[in-house]
Amino acid sequence: MSESLVRIEGVSKSFGTFQAVRDVSLEVAKGEIFSLLGGSGCGKTTLLRMLAGFETPTAGRIFIDGADMAAVPPWDRPVHMMFQSYALFPHMSVERNVGYGLKHEAMSSAARQARVREMLDLVQLTEFATRKPHQISGGQRQRVALARALARQPKLLLLDEPLAALDKKLREHTQFELMSIQERTGVTFIVVTHDQEEAMTLSDRIAVMDKGQVKQVGRPDAVYEFPNSRFVANFLGSINTWEAKVMSIADVVTVDVPQLGQRLQARPTSGVQVGQALSLALRPEKITISRTPLQGANVIAGEVKDLAYFGKDSLYRIALPSGALISVHAVNAHRGGDAERLADWYDKVWLDFAPASAILLTE
Amino acid sequence: MRRNSAFLIAVLGFGFAFFYVPILSMIVYSFNASRLATVWGGFSTKWYGALMSNGQVAEALKLSLEIALISSTCATIMGTMAGITLARFTKFRGRTLFSGLVTAPLIMPDVITGISLLIFFILMAQYVGWPAQRGFTTVTLAHITFSMVYVTTIVQSRMLSADRAIEEAAMDLGARPWQVMRDVTLPVISPAILSGWLLAFTISMDDVVITTFTTGPGTTTLPILIWSKVKLGVTPDINALATLIVLTVGICVIGAGVAMNRAEIRRERDRRMAYRANE
Repeated sequence: MSESLVRIEGVSKSFGTFQAVRDVSLEVAKGEIFSLLGGSGCGKTTLLRMLAGFETPTAGRIFIDGADMAAVPPWDRPVHMMFQSYALFPHMSVERNVGYGLKHEAMSSAARQARVREMLDLVQLTEFATRKPHQISGGQRQRVALARALARQPKLLLLDEPLAALDKKLREHTQFELMSIQERTGVTFIVVTHDQEEAMTLSDRIAVMDKGQVKQVGRPDAVYEFPNSRFVANFLGSINTWEAKVMSIADVVTVDVPQLGQRLQARPTSGVQVGQALSLALRPEKITISRTPLQGANVIAGEVKDLAYFGKDSLYRIALPSGALISVHAVNAHRGGDAERLADWYDKVWLDFAPASAILLTE
Repeated sequence: MRRNSAFLIAVLGFGFAFFYVPILSMIVYSFNASRLATVWGGFSTKWYGALMSNGQVAEALKLSLEIALISSTCATIMGTMAGITLARFTKFRGRTLFSGLVTAPLIMPDVITGISLLIFFILMAQYVGWPAQRGFTTVTLAHITFSMVYVTTIVQSRMLSADRAIEEAAMDLGARPWQVMRDVTLPVISPAILSGWLLAFTISMDDVVITTFTTGPGTTTLPILIWSKVKLGVTPDINALATLIVLTVGICVIGAGVAMNRAEIRRERDRRMAYRANE
């Protein structure tokens, strides 16, 4: 990892008897887009507000660019925030909103104006400079908020649910715009979001939070493919999980899955012992589905109980003789009639997956 | 049911009559040539002339305006501070007591407020020596006391409905707390402060009860003057004065209506602008 900009050391925060954040330690590198992902009440916003200086940690320390932030008030921190509500000043024009932070810096008014123009240019709002916030659309308000937060060239930009208030189409567009602006300005972003897709596409790294604790930190693919706990596995995307017991460990781990009524093979995982009870988790898209019998390590036979056709792909729910249900996600790679369809309602099908695809979860 | 049923029209007419006939009869009788308020003696504008040359009325009006101006301004400053405090600081020692004190005059009957202020001023004069006698100062102080409540309530509710995040945003962008107050908080709540001031001004202008208790010799506000004149029988010059007051208020209300209407048109235009900007 390159040079770190933010270092959070054992930070906790309690409101009365409620512990919003519990002993969180994180490091964020310079120029990174880092996401705090979690459901509501997981402490992600509280953590963000502590970085901005609106809340004081009950315990632990926060360093930004090597400086301890404990005694630094919000107005002196090299950190700016983009609020979920955008929090634009309703009585000021777009350009005065963007220039507000610069008012508190020693710079000539010409330089200030030039900077405001540059920022408006960056977010493509030059023609709306004299409008008031209520005279522009939601997406434009979002960009004003971004320009305002970037105007003072912060070392760190905090974004609280930056896309939550936008409609779906605008959200995708804005997502890429955010990434390109981050690339051009080189500012480190910390994004708080409850939307896993948003976190996955935007971020270099993600911290998954639950009940005030960081459960896992890593690159989006690492967190998705190698979750370290049942919580993370279930929180990101959809997944099949079954209770299992380790029978033997050799080149592969053989586990017995009573719910499926058969034994399955997984790749050896550190910390797994013979006889141990654990969970076997499997992403729906890692499973091969076929109407003809398959040969493989983990062949399971069943019947299509449910089918959802999305166009580019389909979701199948396969019922097993034991009554268990398995979700399978398959791409509709071939164009053709009924005969070439992967599987149809009430078809007898065979499933298979590679031992490497199975995730063994002990936590 | 028919929309224009006779019954509905009658109810509407009765309602309007209830509100406006007394005012209209007062206006009509202000043009009465007769000295007797209840006997029509032909059309005349002489009572308006009499009113203009009556120094007493002009004096009382000036005094009322002065008191209303000073008391409403002081009440607005103190009420705004109290309102912001109550909205922003949810925990401090004595908060319940403070919020109770601030709103007490709202529920206290005027007579009680009046008497208690009177006793307080008498004791003050006795032990502190200030204010030495009742008059302009005591009336103004009394008006500040009861009109501050209204400003506090209006400002507090505006503060509670305002987005807290905009103050945080200002702070986040480098503004110190006093700069946040100056640049963001006060401009955002300024309509509430203005309406609080207007309310305090109006209440001060027409208060009789508390003023009666706290005023002294030689300090006669307009409502007190009218009250004392009416005690000797309603004279047409009072009708003329009341007509002028109705006229002034009427112009203000119509003016405010037009301004509000324009603001609504502007808002509508802004909405359309924002909508177009979306495309």
